[in-house]
Amino acid sequence: MAECPECAGTIAIKEGTEVGEILSCPDCGSKLEVRSLNPVQLEKAPEVQEDWGE
Amino acid sequence: MRFGLIYTIITPENKLLIEEGKKQGVEFERISDSEALLPITHVQKDAPEVILQRSSSFTRTLYSTHYFEQCGSRVINSLRAQQICGDKAYSSTMLAKAGVPTPRTYVAFTAESALKAVEKLGYPCVIKPTVGSWARMVNRLNDRDSAEAVIESREVMGSAWQQIYYLQEHIEKPGRDIRAFVIGDEVVCAIYRISTEKSGWLTNTGRGGKAENCPITPELREIILKAAKITDEGIYGVDVMESKNGFVVHEINHTTEFRNSSAPTGVNIPAKMITWLKKQSKR
Repeated sequence: MAECPECAGTIAIKEGTEVGEILSCPDCGSKLEVRSLNPVQLEKAPEVQEDWGE
Repeated sequence: MRFGLIYTIITPENKLLIEEGKKQGVEFERISDSEALLPITHVQKDAPEVILQRSSSFTRTLYSTHYFEQCGSRVINSLRAQQICGDKAYSSTMLAKAGVPTPRTYVAFTAESALKAVEKLGYPCVIKPTVGSWARMVNRLNDRDSAEAVIESREVMGSAWQQIYYLQEHIEKPGRDIRAFVIGDEVVCAIYRISTEKSGWLTNTGRGGKAENCPITPELREIILKAAKITDEGIYGVDVMESKNGFVVHEINHTTEFRNSSAPTGVNIPAKMITWLKKQSKR
């Protein structure tokens, strides 16, 4: 479990979660990037930029 | 053999690739482009032999690919591929030069010239940014008023890229287009991207378009492979429209997404990507 840095809500960290993955806070809907797993650190995810894509 | 994965965030595609890599004995060395500090005046001797380029950012992609290619890594896709596919203006020219049917397109550098291009194309026509994805800022221009409004708004945007006006004929299509997946010299599967109420006239699955399996006919395979050959062999998502005159290729994606495509096609796209990647070797 981890705490949302935006609303302090609780976020479940599933097994197999990767560093760099983007999670959604179930309480406030914020997009959060997993910065580390041990210990779990979440940060607000980067905004989509003009040159992002496929 | 050592494999690298360049990424900005771990997208669903990147996660599937990491998981599939583990199944096939490929452990990717992760290269986060947000954290990378490229020693560009020092050519690394120990860079991974094969690197899968999956950055979300086109700009970062160009710099990191250039660096690692100079280090001797085989980067998938190559810098040349990214330059051609990542900029719609380059792609359109190369497709046309290769004899691949593609929509008639103009590039203009001022609002005045852009409006002249619109008048040549007639209404409706389409304006797109040369760089970008997910149909972001892709607009259909239905009349002179809408053309002036969109072009004027682009004029006042901060980015120089928004003042490269890419204007294209509008292709009447049957409420859908096709995304085909090319790995090496094989078209592994294709989906129809079907417009929905949510996606409007667009078909992108990220905008609410629906994905269904698309059978690959010999005619479709031929045009897709011809399009993919405008650049180096690699992994591509080729976008095709069904016009009244036949297939028309409008885009080639060099970091193709596939999260919505394995289920309808029954093809394990990341597995095929990893299998092909394992056959690649250093430059």
